[in-house]
Amino acid sequence: MLTIDNLELSITDPDTGRVSEILRGNSLTLAAGEALGLVGESGSGKSMTLQCVLGIEPPGSSVGGRIELEGRDLRALRGEELRRTRAEDLALIAQNPHSVLNPVLPVGKYLMEGMSEARSMPKARARLRSSELLRSVGIEESERVLRSYPHQLSGGMLQRVVIAGAISAQPKLLLADEPTTALDVTTQAEVAAILDEKRREAEMSMIFVSHDLDLAAAVCDRLAVMRYGELVEIGTPEEIRDAPQHEYTRELMNARPKLHPEEA
Amino acid sequence: MAQGQTDEFSTPEIRPEHAVEFWGLSRTFVMGRGRTVQALDDINYAIGHGQCLAVVGESGSGKTTLARIVVGLERPDAGTVVLNGHEVRFGASRKNRRTRSRLVQMVFQDPQGSFNRRLPAGAAVDEVLRAHFPEMGRRARRSQMLRLFADVGLEEQHADALPAALSGGQKQRVAIARALAAEPTIMVLDEAVSALDVSVQAQVLQLLKRLRHERGLTYVFITHDLSVVREVADAVLVMRYGRVVEAGPVSQVLDSPEHPYTRLLIDSAPRPGWKPQRNLRSRLLGAET
Repeated sequence: MLTIDNLELSITDPDTGRVSEILRGNSLTLAAGEALGLVGESGSGKSMTLQCVLGIEPPGSSVGGRIELEGRDLRALRGEELRRTRAEDLALIAQNPHSVLNPVLPVGKYLMEGMSEARSMPKARARLRSSELLRSVGIEESERVLRSYPHQLSGGMLQRVVIAGAISAQPKLLLADEPTTALDVTTQAEVAAILDEKRREAEMSMIFVSHDLDLAAAVCDRLAVMRYGELVEIGTPEEIRDAPQHEYTRELMNARPKLHPEEA
Repeated sequence: MAQGQTDEFSTPEIRPEHAVEFWGLSRTFVMGRGRTVQALDDINYAIGHGQCLAVVGESGSGKTTLARIVVGLERPDAGTVVLNGHEVRFGASRKNRRTRSRLVQMVFQDPQGSFNRRLPAGAAVDEVLRAHFPEMGRRARRSQMLRLFADVGLEEQHADALPAALSGGQKQRVAIARALAAEPTIMVLDEAVSALDVSVQAQVLQLLKRLRHERGLTYVFITHDLSVVREVADAVLVMRYGRVVEAGPVSQVLDSPEHPYTRLLIDSAPRPGWKPQRNLRSRLLGAET
């Protein structure tokens, strides 16, 4: 459903005129309902790849290659068509939920706006639907949370709200950029489990960007390992774990201290 | 007991074989509108010279407050800290601060605070040498600074570079060199490797292990990451909401945890073949909030 073909990105420093190559001609495809993990360390280009799909790369970037979503050239979309594709087909779950939530609106407003059906739905029904959505992501006190402003809720709670909103819009492709990195480890496990479960239920495709190979392996069907803007290896989590082809993938796996000695 | 958590009947006793002891540490913060948070509630532990104690917990566990009290950046409401047999005096007098900083130094998660961005990285180390060893001349300080840089795996060019030109891992190495410059016997490392990429983190962990071994340093290692605990520590305190829920030798706590919260932390950590589970928290901890 998504094809990335020879994606390149370079950024020109406006002061010095120096050009840095950020992405070096990467290609990959994503099947309908498939989750792909983009893993790598900082500067590998994993988040930048996601930004290119959304068309929100930083100013001064020049992008080459093609990105197609169900046959449509995403990078060629303009105006109303671009707006509709972003609103209806794609949903972003960022590392920081505050970056997508409006600080001066209660989170219930955000959810109701996000519901594609909400426009034609009576207000009371939209509210009921939002409340159901929150309970489906494990928020019991859904009424209180709907009335709360972002600053009144914890990071884990907000990220669940964002996931609920993303899922309810029924996008074709979820773009998750380190969605649990800022959370405590027990909250991360909970939120990752909810994201995984909801995505599978709705049969959505997902690109999951993470620095944590084990976390990405747990919620993705395939992993793409990136380094210095290059895609060095792609395979199922089992293939990557049991028979890594690239030297760097092995390094990445061995660098992580082991919680249990038998993992070694 | 020579080492470990004291039971409720034992009396605080300063022992020369202990590098770090804390007894009955409590600290409450007032949050406004009459709300208070008990960041630490009666924390007791002692570790021997050259040992590494990990303090593990999530946000709000009190681990950072504990670290700040051990280095004297924060004052406890109750309790005692003993470093190398000397009871810590928490006053902010010059003499107290000087005595403390020769005993114990701290490395933070974000090394940025250690630097003046307009001065070369070496200046951060030079400043500490000047404060602690006023008898040292300029040239002696320079060569000592370069020795410290070499010891943390950096070169002269790094000492003369501006902080902005260094990578995150290199900056953290400078922060470690800066802490070592005061020649402390105890180091408190507060999430010191948490912000680093895994490959860099592995190198900095190796560096910290080597320095501890070579210099006989005692570490108090604050972290949220249990796999790092396994890698570096001898003993671990598991903290939650300002209390110690479990403490003991690392292998005992991580291999046969007794407290369900420790179990939850272990089962929540991603590892090869791991799957996140929904409702693990309520399953292990019941209906508590």
